[in-house]
Amino acid sequence: MATMSFAAAIHDALGEALARDPAVIVYGLGATDPKGVFGTTLDLHRKFGAERVFDMPTSENAMTGIGVGAALGGLRPVLTHQRLDFALLSLDQIVNNAAKWRFMFGGKRGVPLTIRMIIGRGWGQGPTHSQSLQAWFAHIPGLKVVMPTTAADAKGLLLASIFDDDPVIFLEHRWLHNLMGDVPKGDHRVPIGSARLVRTGGDATIVGMSLMSVEALHAVDHLAGQGIACDLIDLRTVRPIDWPMVEASVRRTGRLLALDTGYETGGISGEIVARVAGSCWSSLRAAPRRLAMPDAPEATSPALTEHYHVRAEHIADAIGALVGRKVESASLATARNHPHDVPGDWFKGPF
Amino acid sequence: MNVELSRRLLHEMIRIRTVEETIAARYSEWKMRCPVHLSIGQEAPSAAAGAVLRPSDPAVSGHRAHAHYLAKGGDLPAMIAEIYGKATGCAGGKGGSMHLVDERVGFMGSTAIVGGTVPVGVGLALARSLGRRDDVVCVFIGDAVLETGVFFEAANFAVLRRLPILFLCENNLYSVYSPLSVRQPAGRSLSSVAAGIGLAVSGGDGNDVRAAHGLIASAVGRVRDGSGPEFVELATYRWREHCGPLYDNDIGYRTEQEFEEWRGRDPIVRFRDTLLAEKAIDAAWLKSAEDAISTEVAAAFAFAESSPFPKPEEAFRDLSANPASAQAV
Repeated sequence: MATMSFAAAIHDALGEALARDPAVIVYGLGATDPKGVFGTTLDLHRKFGAERVFDMPTSENAMTGIGVGAALGGLRPVLTHQRLDFALLSLDQIVNNAAKWRFMFGGKRGVPLTIRMIIGRGWGQGPTHSQSLQAWFAHIPGLKVVMPTTAADAKGLLLASIFDDDPVIFLEHRWLHNLMGDVPKGDHRVPIGSARLVRTGGDATIVGMSLMSVEALHAVDHLAGQGIACDLIDLRTVRPIDWPMVEASVRRTGRLLALDTGYETGGISGEIVARVAGSCWSSLRAAPRRLAMPDAPEATSPALTEHYHVRAEHIADAIGALVGRKVESASLATARNHPHDVPGDWFKGPF
Repeated sequence: MNVELSRRLLHEMIRIRTVEETIAARYSEWKMRCPVHLSIGQEAPSAAAGAVLRPSDPAVSGHRAHAHYLAKGGDLPAMIAEIYGKATGCAGGKGGSMHLVDERVGFMGSTAIVGGTVPVGVGLALARSLGRRDDVVCVFIGDAVLETGVFFEAANFAVLRRLPILFLCENNLYSVYSPLSVRQPAGRSLSSVAAGIGLAVSGGDGNDVRAAHGLIASAVGRVRDGSGPEFVELATYRWREHCGPLYDNDIGYRTEQEFEEWRGRDPIVRFRDTLLAEKAIDAAWLKSAEDAISTEVAAAFAFAESSPFPKPEEAFRDLSANPASAQAV
């Protein structure tokens, strides 16, 4: 075990993968530059050579297709986008080739390609550097989509993704990169499709992913001190979703609040509500709820983002409404002693 | 060119033509229930490429891939069965005419998005180059691919990394109904644009199978020697409609006269006459070849007809390497 940041855990996973299997290659815009993609790829090219760790032209579409072809040719490519928004240029290759190759050619061969996409937020990232589009990727049969929250899960899920024989979209939130946690040494893997029960309690089921799981943790722990105890489920994978864990929890608590880092309409949180409403109807004691980003891009001016994001206090209020109790939530906001457009210590952990 | 190679090229072109014309003739039986983009008139570039490339040389293609698949050595009965949607199809009925595969002979896949397989071919070449093999990847493309962004992105990387790739472009003048004149500025050749991104270019008459073979063999030889990716542009013409079995020279996007001019340069008729004149073949050889091909093609269609359809549950298989996680969705 070692304590390290989420970003360092990703770096650790990449190094582990490159050492373990000569078929692994790592590339992306800036993969070899002095910043090493927020430290996640730092100096890997020095250790493993320029043929296996390389920078790329600003050609997201072709470089993704090249990843598909390299994967078909026996490699395990890991492509990184410094912002998820850049990957939109490559949707044809992701959706029409990577996701479908195994299926449309009758099961001959799949595409063991991993694509890391970093979700931006804050410091004026603005409309095209801050999108969290897991719903788009999770909608596509043939893709797996993971969103680790903790440093240990970042390493474990990245290694699982790289050595999975299907294409995996690995979504990492920029504000989690400095989150600290204990990370197992060596080839630590977390199964894709398995959620993590972070807190237990019988009053409500809170389902989150990525950054929202951290916001929810602040809220759930705050409410525990007010006599409201929740199951907090960190999905870790959004396609496939760990329905057995979610449904077992809702059947016990009867109340669901689904959280989302993406826009509300058409999002994963809506998917969770839809599924639970169908499969757990007789167990529900209240209408299932969701909290997600508003249906508007993230604007740039701090004046316009101050009341844009879902935060712990909003989650606490929603849980209170769900269980029918007044709750104290304002102190969650005042506990953050930094401007709203930077992560501060709120996401530092360890949690 | 030696007699054996000449005969092989003619045989392959006749074989492709016979397969495609049989598909066209039987399409109205409504048992081939998917779009078909036929290669009638464009047999020469494929036949030539098939004679140059090895089975270990990977190839990728687009929607008009029957000739590429066959010339590469792809299994004929499996191709017809695939078009019939049968379980014995090369893709289990999942892909149809537009998604063919035969990895035994290096035909790694053809898909239906114009330009979509270009970077996939480049990636196959990257994997080959890291493995230090002297295989050449053949990326079969049409003229419209030279309008896509992804072609230039992929070619740029191929040039940058000096990857072992042949981009084999059949310029048949039309993209569905759109002539080159609405897609490319007048006076600018496709090859000049390919050269601009750094590819070594060559080209010629795509309906002269000997010339095509010479160009492709030279280009592949240079690629195999490590001199970087090549682009070969072959001028040819599609006889039938873009998609389907019929002729459509009367609907207004091209003229009957233009079609007749190109039909007058039928690659099969030209080469047959050349080989007869050279005495590389005679009438008996021709009849024997045509009979064998007819028999082979008839057997392939019979195989497709008598093959079972895939079971309904197959529609939900092969989504994942791990079936359990697929069901968890």
